[in-house]
Amino acid sequence: MSPSRHAVVLTHASSHAIRAEHVLRRAGLETKLMPVPRHLSSDCGVCVQIRAEDTAQAEEVLRKNRVPYDRVEAL
Amino acid sequence: MIYLDNAATSWPKPPGVAEAVAGCITEAGANPGRAGHRLANDAARLVYDARAAVAELLGAPDPLRVMLGPNVTWALNLALRGLLRPGDEVVTSSMEHNAVMRPLRALEAEGVGVCVVPCGPDGRLDPQRVADAITARTALVVMNHASNVVGTLLPVAEVAGIARRSGIPLLLDTAQTAGAVPMDMAALGVDLLAFTGHKSLLGPMGSGGLILGEGFDHTRLEPLVRGGTGSRSEEQIQPDFLPDRYEAGTMNVPGLAGLAAGIRWVQGQGVEAIQAHERALTQRLIDGLRAIDGVTVFGTHDATWQTGAVSGTIDGADVGMVGLRLDDDYGILCRVGLHCAPLAHRTIGTFPEGTIRLSPGATTTPEEIDIAIGAIAELAEEQL
Repeated sequence: MSPSRHAVVLTHASSHAIRAEHVLRRAGLETKLMPVPRHLSSDCGVCVQIRAEDTAQAEEVLRKNRVPYDRVEAL
Repeated sequence: MIYLDNAATSWPKPPGVAEAVAGCITEAGANPGRAGHRLANDAARLVYDARAAVAELLGAPDPLRVMLGPNVTWALNLALRGLLRPGDEVVTSSMEHNAVMRPLRALEAEGVGVCVVPCGPDGRLDPQRVADAITARTALVVMNHASNVVGTLLPVAEVAGIARRSGIPLLLDTAQTAGAVPMDMAALGVDLLAFTGHKSLLGPMGSGGLILGEGFDHTRLEPLVRGGTGSRSEEQIQPDFLPDRYEAGTMNVPGLAGLAAGIRWVQGQGVEAIQAHERALTQRLIDGLRAIDGVTVFGTHDATWQTGAVSGTIDGADVGMVGLRLDDDYGILCRVGLHCAPLAHRTIGTFPEGTIRLSPGATTTPEEIDIAIGAIAELAEEQL
């Protein structure tokens, strides 16, 4: 996977990231848990990598399932 | 050996539970949320699975509103200590376990008013008495779903309606019912639901939690324990979001993996089917024991009004000696004495002597119940 064609869902807590991963996978999206890139946050947790072209759909799925998340950032 | 102590903890655990615990230790042994590597992520998924399984089975609005911790006592302490302030009043029942009464008595010493609504000698609660006990200062109603001494079910939906009409949250202790009685906390109108993992959810000891209902504003609930969460590591104050606000410190991940496996087994059987099985055994036990001369059975004598905790005494016999004889001579394991619920024993009239409590579970058989009835009949015969 080339990092330039991906985005990450940033959450406040790892349990939120796992919940996000669960609902996104259930919606058929490709996901991968990864450490939060240091330039995006000083937090020590994980974030959910998605395909950049899935960003709008991912955000819709997260909102529909009321998953708390901070933001989606392109890599 | 016949195990009739399921009200204390369920045994044996169903297939898959021990394997899930072992699998967690051998294959996903890292710390969830403390790193982003694959083993930490696997562990985090195990925790999520437990959260989601609990939410699905008990009708939680969202897995992230399930706060996981060591046991139901922790959950009750979190809710009681987190909500009640000096000057507040709390309404509870006279059938409570010490997991509720001891935190309440400690809070009482700090200025919280504690109103204990008396239940009947069979353990039943008249909801109107709860309504009558509520004052302008009442900040919480707390009660068990079923007594751990006699199994009597309390009228949760009615009390929840009364509490809701007064704008007061209801905290429900489901230690004896989660997994044994069909439950939907939203439909019941419960704001805070405390559960344990090691009884009818069939998980290992050391797992439990508190579920926050949909409309409950968690900013009112102070954390019981503060510390590392893996989130907001740059800050020295506790995060304010769920579930991290209440989940400081490394979790019992192996226990939670086992809990998820236990719940999956419960879901596979169906709570309704488990309840029907346990009700049949409970009624068989009640009827069999009541037919014995010299034996008194407490509670409602009606299995549709209770869980599988059946308490009785034998005239003239010390309950401790009965427990010993059942274990040594018959291989029957049960609990005797006061079941961590002195107020409940006073309510049913068995304080301080206590009772012999026989509690069948999801895999107990009718034959085992008949053997237990026969053993109690022989021990009662010796007293005549």
